[in-house]
Amino acid sequence: MTGRANTPGGRDRIWWHRTLRLAAVVLGLWAVFGFAVHGLVVPLNSLVIAGFPLGFYMAAQGSLIAFVVLVFWFSARQDRIDREAGVAEPDPAREERPQ
Amino acid sequence: MSLPQRDDAFLANLGRIYGTYVGGFIAFVAALAILEQMGVPDRIIGYLFVFFTLAVYAGIGIVTRTVQVSEYYVAGRRVPAVYNGMATAADWLSGASFVGMAGTLYALGYDGLAYVIGWTGGYVLVAALVAPYLRKFGAYTVPDFLAARFGGNLARLVGVLVLFACSFTYVVAQIYATGIIASRFLGISFEVAVYVGLAGILLCSMLGGMRAVTWTQVAQYIVLIVAYMLPVAILSAQKFGFPLAQFTYGAVLQEIALLEQDLLARGLATAETLKPHLAPFTSLDPLNFFALIACLMVGTASLPHILMRYFTTLSVRDARRSVGWSLLFILLLYVTAPAYAAFAKLEIYQNVIGAGLEALPQWIYTYGKLGLVDICGAHAASPDAVQSACAAVPGNDGVLRLPDLAIDRDVIVIAMPEIAGLPYVIAGLVAAGGLAASLSTADGLLLAIANAMSHDVYYRMLDTRAPASRRLVMARVLLVGAAVLAAYVASTRPADILSVVAWAFSLAAAGNFPAIVLGIWWKRCTSAGAIAGMIAGFGVTLYYLAMTQYGGMAEWFGVKNISAALFGLPVGFAVTILVSLATPAPSREVQALIDDIRKPSGGPLMRDGPL
Repeated sequence: MTGRANTPGGRDRIWWHRTLRLAAVVLGLWAVFGFAVHGLVVPLNSLVIAGFPLGFYMAAQGSLIAFVVLVFWFSARQDRIDREAGVAEPDPAREERPQ
Repeated sequence: MSLPQRDDAFLANLGRIYGTYVGGFIAFVAALAILEQMGVPDRIIGYLFVFFTLAVYAGIGIVTRTVQVSEYYVAGRRVPAVYNGMATAADWLSGASFVGMAGTLYALGYDGLAYVIGWTGGYVLVAALVAPYLRKFGAYTVPDFLAARFGGNLARLVGVLVLFACSFTYVVAQIYATGIIASRFLGISFEVAVYVGLAGILLCSMLGGMRAVTWTQVAQYIVLIVAYMLPVAILSAQKFGFPLAQFTYGAVLQEIALLEQDLLARGLATAETLKPHLAPFTSLDPLNFFALIACLMVGTASLPHILMRYFTTLSVRDARRSVGWSLLFILLLYVTAPAYAAFAKLEIYQNVIGAGLEALPQWIYTYGKLGLVDICGAHAASPDAVQSACAAVPGNDGVLRLPDLAIDRDVIVIAMPEIAGLPYVIAGLVAAGGLAASLSTADGLLLAIANAMSHDVYYRMLDTRAPASRRLVMARVLLVGAAVLAAYVASTRPADILSVVAWAFSLAAAGNFPAIVLGIWWKRCTSAGAIAGMIAGFGVTLYYLAMTQYGGMAEWFGVKNISAALFGLPVGFAVTILVSLATPAPSREVQALIDDIRKPSGGPLMRDGPL
């Protein structure tokens, strides 16, 4: 931690920076599974697993599963960022009470 | 008026209530199966299914009715993340998804998967960019947020117009779908069936607003997902001894590929009429494929009736988690749809194409009579009708060829139990599921429209001192008004209803997305910029839709109008940014508001108004 991080303004700036970086990573992975993978459908289709050509499988199931994992990972990660910066809400699951 | 009850009996017993509900539903289906074996006619089974499920939804609506403003608009903001996920899934999975998705995949093969990707990936944008921030803000409606961020009622009014344009077209499609299902399974005319569906919708949503809709949607999700997965699980178990069709249909895909070769070799299809199921970009070129994905995804993150579901969670944290649960529950249907399509295609390529015209299966005529299956260019109402129609077609020698058969996309799911020879009780279950899907989406949409009219237009713009009781009466009157108008439009059978649904996504995307996202993520975004951007984006999209559909304008760069937001969205972003930079930066108060929206802690900014 730098000295700046001890002032409330500095801490907020670091927190927002980490939030922005997380959002950028999430959007990057979203673009990969939403678009890039399906651009490669023809080469991927030459690989067939349990009857599914891989390119078809990615569009029918693979990307969808990736999206779900991505959203749950994002919400856990963002929660940790908020918690470390002290801007998270009280969490009833951790027996924290609203002030 | 009483304060919100902390020990709300319904909320305290959610697990027990829905556990009992699932058990009761299984017992109900089992009882009907036994009745069918005892010789009760199909028609009675259909009636029991439709009326019993409608009665249960209405019962939940009555039990959870409310007279409190915050319960009416946002279910008191205490819906647990998992249940909100189920309610959102029911809100999302429309009659069109339930009934039409598998049929679209049947018709388009790989290219239809653009819908599957687009209608799921949008939730990543909802979670990362939009929902938690709107929840923190604490609005009742999406226009409420726009008004607070962009200084006043002009932004609110534009937001209401966008909301109305996309939600109303969408709700007409839902009521249309209920009409189709109710007329098939109750044996009444379509025009009457539309109003039966309407009665079901109003019973659930009118009394209790968001609170009642939330808890009926959870119940509807359970019915629709069981109804969707069961028939194809039975087929998979029959064929492979393993009920998870989502894993076994790979083998079916390989059989389809072999049958396609076989059909070509036997002259039952030609290279022009047969689109290989697995081959990409046969119906949509890559530009249209990816444009459609993009428009559906961004549209998902802009549809007011979906975004407002995340206003109901307990916390910002729960809003994020709830998006994950929503997507998981939605995914269950979308990974099943391609399996449906594959099993249906296998059955039709194996047993229908190449069959003698006198030996076609019975379901062809059942749906031919409804005008949903055409053979040789005429409704396949009876064996005689089919044979006389085909006799007039050159080259047909008494055997059904692929180009002779035209199946409406909506038939694949509804007819699957009959195609596979399953008992009628399964068909009734599917009808109940389709009805649940249409009703739940219609409820959410009507609520979005009525809330915007009563809260934004009436309370915020016309009479800011209206007492709570009058606002809620107003909300209910407007809800009924919007519902009756939508039912009337649906009963006139507007043409090409499915494209209209895709248009709703484009209109929402171009109208709402730049203003909402830049409003949260870019402090420099000004009121003038956002309003100009909304009008420009929405305007370009509407112009492209109207001109290509009705004005005879040629497509720009060959982009189909179901992806109209491909033009409206960049225009919306560009205008918002340029006008923002040309106008003075937002005030200190607005900048502080944005800082507050971004931080989860501290509670909602808009306090739920006085009761």
